[in-house]
Amino acid sequence: MSVAMKQTVSGRASHSALAAFFCVAAVVAAGPASAGGEPLPSGTSFLTQSLQAQQSDEATNPGMLWISEGALIWQTPDGASGASCATCHGDAGTSMKGVAASYPKVYGKTGELLNLEKRINLCRTSQQNAEPYAYESDPLLALTAFIARQSLGQPINVQIDDASRAFYERGKAMFYRRQGQLNLSCAQCHEALAGKQLRGDTISYGVGNGYPAYRLEWQTLGSLHRRLRSCSYGVRARRFEFGSPEYLSLELFLAVRAQGVPVETPAIRR
Amino acid sequence: MKRLAAGLLSAISSAALIAADGQAVAEELLPFEIHGDAVPKALGGLSGDAQRGKQIILDRRKGNCLICHTFPIEDEPFQGAIGPPMSGVARRLSEGQIRLRMIDQSRINPKTAMPPYYRTKGLADVAPEYEGRPALSAQEIEDVVAYLATLNG
Ligand code: HEC
Ligand code: HEC
Ligand code: HEC
Repeated sequence: MSVAMKQTVSGRASHSALAAFFCVAAVVAAGPASAGGEPLPSGTSFLTQSLQAQQSDEATNPGMLWISEGALIWQTPDGASGASCATCHGDAGTSMKGVAASYPKVYGKTGELLNLEKRINLCRTSQQNAEPYAYESDPLLALTAFIARQSLGQPINVQIDDASRAFYERGKAMFYRRQGQLNLSCAQCHEALAGKQLRGDTISYGVGNGYPAYRLEWQTLGSLHRRLRSCSYGVRARRFEFGSPEYLSLELFLAVRAQGVPVETPAIRR
Repeated sequence: MKRLAAGLLSAISSAALIAADGQAVAEELLPFEIHGDAVPKALGGLSGDAQRGKQIILDRRKGNCLICHTFPIEDEPFQGAIGPPMSGVARRLSEGQIRLRMIDQSRINPKTAMPPYYRTKGLADVAPEYEGRPALSAQEIEDVVAYLATLNG
């Protein structure tokens, strides 16, 4: 966890040339910068100091409950196959390291865009011969968070290629398009107004590196798509379904845009 | 409001546009005329009530203006800082100028972050429960205009 925090801090400090000089190692470790230069600041940097501390301490971060539950499910046989995730993937600390940082990703065999939730459910149905988990159910959140946790501190590394380009363009168009009765685009808030006060909230850059995240308003862990649904609703726009093509494309665009930002799941958010 | 793009302003004033630019106007939208950067006449000739206007501004399901603006209203912590503070707005703007900004700020600044409160056209993916309805009714617009007109301190 301290890795993630250090990178966040160094990301901010590197605005000063002197600090940048001392932080070269950390910046290099954070991987390639996004097209626009250095990685975007994580939503964590907009939290109060005490919430940041609570997030980085495993003993006080409420999201850690789901990580433990995910670790348990990982070991538990399920479905007609009688296999657990561990039967095929072994120690998640090794096999799943860096995986979350590379999602969403196009699945070669079908050309479908999969986020981590969908990738997990694909193994449920095609490998375990079990029922897929419902989106936003506790076991799916727990497994997603547990797998994402194995990428803690690793820079998001999602590239656009021929297979993903159309999804990326769709997500990008959604991000810059005004929507809803209040007629605001994602970019108007998360680019132009980042750092400003929207009532009690400070608007961040809209980076998904902390999801699934524990949101105080929800009093529970929630997926990135749940967060996107509240942003849509905030501008009185249509809320797309969890796991819908619309939100998957947006998730891909957000990840490419957040290139180099370290994974921080489970983040705490207001 | 001195930040108007000159070209846009003259385009608006020379045409004195009718709402919705001559297209079929959604049933519930009353027509209005723009002169310069103002809509001088009250929508439907309605008269506004400043006290109700204040409630609409505070109501999260109606104006919800405090997410973006700071109003001279005490015991309301966490007001927004995205648009300009509203104290003294009536010294800067006439009622007609305020009315156009309430109807659709994007007619003045196409890039504005302020929502259009009296418009139903040209909006994408509106949630079904808000589809085809303006964010505020004509009466509510007039109430808000009446309230803002009192902020001359
Ligand atoms: C019977 C063996 C088997 C079981 C059981 C299994 N998987 Fe998989 N999993 C695979 C295979 C094989 C792949 C390679 C991808 C493919 O389908 O082409 C894979 C791929 C994955 C990936 C993507 C890795 C990457 O690098 O993109 C994730 C994540 C994953 N599995 C999670 C799980 C989880 C969580 C479970 C338990 C719910 C599980 N798997 C159960 C065999 C299995
Ligand atoms: C009216 C302004 C506004 C609009 C428009 C908006 N959001 Fe948000 N968004 C917020 C606020 C406020 C938060 C919570 C504080 C924060 O983290 O930025 C938030 C949070 C988020 C987060 C979580 C960030 C984190 O670190 O937890 C993501 C991702 C996000 N928004 C994406 C989007 C996308 C994609 C769209 C367009 C569909 C969108 N937002 C539209 C205001 C907005
Ligand atoms: C999402 C943010 C947002 C919301 C919500 C919002 N505004 Fe605004 N408002 C702005 C911005 C930004 C401006 C600056 C003008 C521009 O964008 O060109 C502005 C400008 C104004 C102006 C013109 C002020 C001046 O000095 O020129 C008035 C009057 C106004 N708003 C009233 C309101 C009222 C009343 C409400 C609620 C019914 C409201 N606004 C809701 C963002 C917002």
